[in-house]
Amino acid sequence: MNIPYTSTARLDTGLYNAKLGIWLFLASEVMLFGALFSTYVLLRVNAPTWPHGYELLNVPLATLNTIVLISSSVTMVMSWASLMMKKFGKFKLYMGLTILLAFVFLVVKYFEYTAKFEHHLFPSTNTFLAIYFTITALHGLHILGGIVVNTYLWGPGSKMWQNDPQRFTNRVEVAGLYWHFVDLVWIFLFPVLYLL
Amino acid sequence: MADGHISHKQVEGIGVGVQTHVHHEEHHHELSFLRQYVFSTDHKVIGIQYGITSLLFLLFGFTLMMIMRWQLAYPGEAIPLIGQWLGPDRAPDGIMLPEFYNQLGAMHGTIMVFLGVVPLAVGAFGNYVMPLQIGAVDMAFPKLNMMSYWVYFTGGVTMLVSFFLPGGAANSGWTSYAPLSVIATVGQTVWLIGMVFLITSSLLGSVNFIVTIVQLRTNGLTFMRLPFFVWAQFVTSFLLLLAFPPLEAAGVLQLMDRIAGTSFFMPSGLVVSGVPLTNAGGGSPLLWQHLFWFLAHPEVYVLILPAMGIVAEIIANNTRKPIWGYKSIVFAAVFLGFMSFVVWAHHMFMTGMGTVISTFFQTTTMIISIPSIIILTAFFLSLWGGSIRFTTPMLFALAFLPMFGIGGLTGLPLGLSAPDIHLHDTYYVIGHFHYVVAPGTLMALFAGIYYWYPKVTGRKMSDVLGRLHFWGSFIFLNGVFMPMFIQGLAGVSRRLYDGGAQYAHAQSVLQWNEVMSVSAWCLGLAQIPFIINFFWSAKKGEKVADNHWEATTLDMAATTSPPLAHGNFARVPEVHRGPYEYSVPGATTDFIPQHVRTESNVERGEHR
Amino acid sequence: METAHAEDITKSVRKYIVVFVALMGLTIVTVAISYLHLNVGAAILFALAVATVKASLVASYFMHLISERKIVYWTLALTVVFFLLLMLLPISADQDSTRLG
Repeated sequence: MNIPYTSTARLDTGLYNAKLGIWLFLASEVMLFGALFSTYVLLRVNAPTWPHGYELLNVPLATLNTIVLISSSVTMVMSWASLMMKKFGKFKLYMGLTILLAFVFLVVKYFEYTAKFEHHLFPSTNTFLAIYFTITALHGLHILGGIVVNTYLWGPGSKMWQNDPQRFTNRVEVAGLYWHFVDLVWIFLFPVLYLL
Repeated sequence: MADGHISHKQVEGIGVGVQTHVHHEEHHHELSFLRQYVFSTDHKVIGIQYGITSLLFLLFGFTLMMIMRWQLAYPGEAIPLIGQWLGPDRAPDGIMLPEFYNQLGAMHGTIMVFLGVVPLAVGAFGNYVMPLQIGAVDMAFPKLNMMSYWVYFTGGVTMLVSFFLPGGAANSGWTSYAPLSVIATVGQTVWLIGMVFLITSSLLGSVNFIVTIVQLRTNGLTFMRLPFFVWAQFVTSFLLLLAFPPLEAAGVLQLMDRIAGTSFFMPSGLVVSGVPLTNAGGGSPLLWQHLFWFLAHPEVYVLILPAMGIVAEIIANNTRKPIWGYKSIVFAAVFLGFMSFVVWAHHMFMTGMGTVISTFFQTTTMIISIPSIIILTAFFLSLWGGSIRFTTPMLFALAFLPMFGIGGLTGLPLGLSAPDIHLHDTYYVIGHFHYVVAPGTLMALFAGIYYWYPKVTGRKMSDVLGRLHFWGSFIFLNGVFMPMFIQGLAGVSRRLYDGGAQYAHAQSVLQWNEVMSVSAWCLGLAQIPFIINFFWSAKKGEKVADNHWEATTLDMAATTSPPLAHGNFARVPEVHRGPYEYSVPGATTDFIPQHVRTESNVERGEHR
Repeated sequence: METAHAEDITKSVRKYIVVFVALMGLTIVTVAISYLHLNVGAAILFALAVATVKASLVASYFMHLISERKIVYWTLALTVVFFLLLMLLPISADQDSTRLG
């Protein structure tokens, strides 16, 4: 028994299954982060005073992280493009870079968190820090999930390239869509939390 | 890989790694049994797993209510039979403590909605029937499907375990309104974790359902040829997909409030039992209500749409007529799904919302009643002039119509902000939504069980026991819920530990408590014929033909009973017509299955 | 996608580089603006405008939304509508109540 459209696209929809699946999943992610943004706005509008992000948070570090994450998005899309050009070696390189950059992001985040704790700034301190820690932690979990998936595709999962290259390319594309979405969320988080 | 695919080869590789050298063959056998019945990726097995688990949860949730009804009818008296087993921190000397009453209330709601009705309507019926109806060999992502069941199962077990924590299970109502829920006992934390599991399971399931319906429809099965049941599952999946994440976010925020000491839902200056709280404050309790109802109102339609889908199939089949106004009900269902996102704050008229926004939500609420009425009217009109077969599933499906009608119409006064001032949080509300979900949806789900049972087992359920079950359930469901309207109109509040005994305004309607309680227990007895029927018929029921009901849809007409274990169909059928071609003028039989190719197809020049 | 040729991909790669440079530039712009300490309204407007442009670039080119299938557009359009509802309504409801209360 074979499930149709796992590697080729269905004619009338023009999509293979996993691509539609990931877009639906991302739609639900939009609603998840949307609810958190909505929370942020509501809390801020109601608050008598609201700190500027740059008064409490480290803008240079966050700028560095923005650059790291955007770069990882580029390496991710390049790893997919390499597969499209049938260059498996380049895929390995770019995917490896993507994973590395993701780790860099988390390490920077770790230093940011510990610096906050050292200054006795905790989620319970005020609602700004509460929403800051909650959203960035949730975003960090998404990064971690992306690392797991990408590492699988870089390591054991890449064997599929030998016997079903089309399906493997699809998998990398789908993982890429997820990864770009995580980048996209950060693009909004950065100004909203740090700069405003 | 985000969709969790692992190739077949690799899974077997993992399996080999698990085996020990000594009992090589035995282990291999065990493994395949596990893969076949426990960790199966076959949508039919998963559907049955969902079905049995959710029926058990329904029974458990109902049992909680039967215990509560004792306290409501005879407040302060020892609970007979089981009272002594509940333990001193729940019911000392068999007399229920208020804290335990609150736990029962909160968990009854949670279990019935999230662990009972939705998994049965979507997880069980959707999983089993939908792929068959669209001519698919399985769901689009079988491993994700399996994961979805086991995540649901884990969530269910988490909820059950919470009863044994210090302070017991969650006790802040199924709505878990903040700030009460934030300062509640540890059971609430476990409730939130359980909810995160259940939400994750629903998300996985809904992605799978939508992709399956869009991608795996067989040749010739256009969207306007889909059985209404599939449409209902389609819209339902979108509701789950887009409405659940805000609750997941809200759950995470409440977890943060409880564990990390944040103040998302905690206002400044809160004093509990004379002690000021140490929270930083600055949060908004209403934010929880917004996020909760942003899910929970679409959730109402998650509960009702699959039921409507089941009823449509059974009514068309048993009136031997096409369903009246197929296109109207499809568009009505889509519109219903869309509107269900824009009505949530009608649950919040009494929170001090301004008139502008109240008027907005009141208007949308009146609008959303229109598609429901279109669907119900179409079903009633379908009966007109049909040669109705009063089979057991048809009896349940027919009962759904007036019951859902009562549930829907009693909602109108609640949707208008002025009468809601009087009725808010009274037993009237309880009566209203139970009429929608219990005599409404549950009747339809029972109808579905009787209707698809021959397909799943190859045997029919006993009609005698079925009728006993039907009349018992029908009478006593009304016995439980009709008096709630009377009490509610008199102003009796919900969630009262003594059923209103201490209030002067409740005295004239207090006698109804006993009527409702006795009805509830009789309703419990009325389920015994069903339970016997369910197990007995699987072994001893009358063997029936593959298309026992002489239906037109692929699930009934194009498969054996039960369908083939892997791949469902001997040959994947192609579709040549709409879903309900019953009593076509000039045809030799009174039904033409969707996959049958006739002269008219050839004349119309269809190539497929 | 399988119909795409090697030259198309080479063209796309060039596009990715351009987008990458644009994203870096916009990041610097948005940080620079924040150091001007504009009033809150203008700051929010600028920051969100830049973020929206950046997000659109990522979605259009890295996620290939610029040439995607209809069914994906429909799904996203639906999501955007509900996202806006989720953003706007709780806030408007809250504002309405505080104004009167």
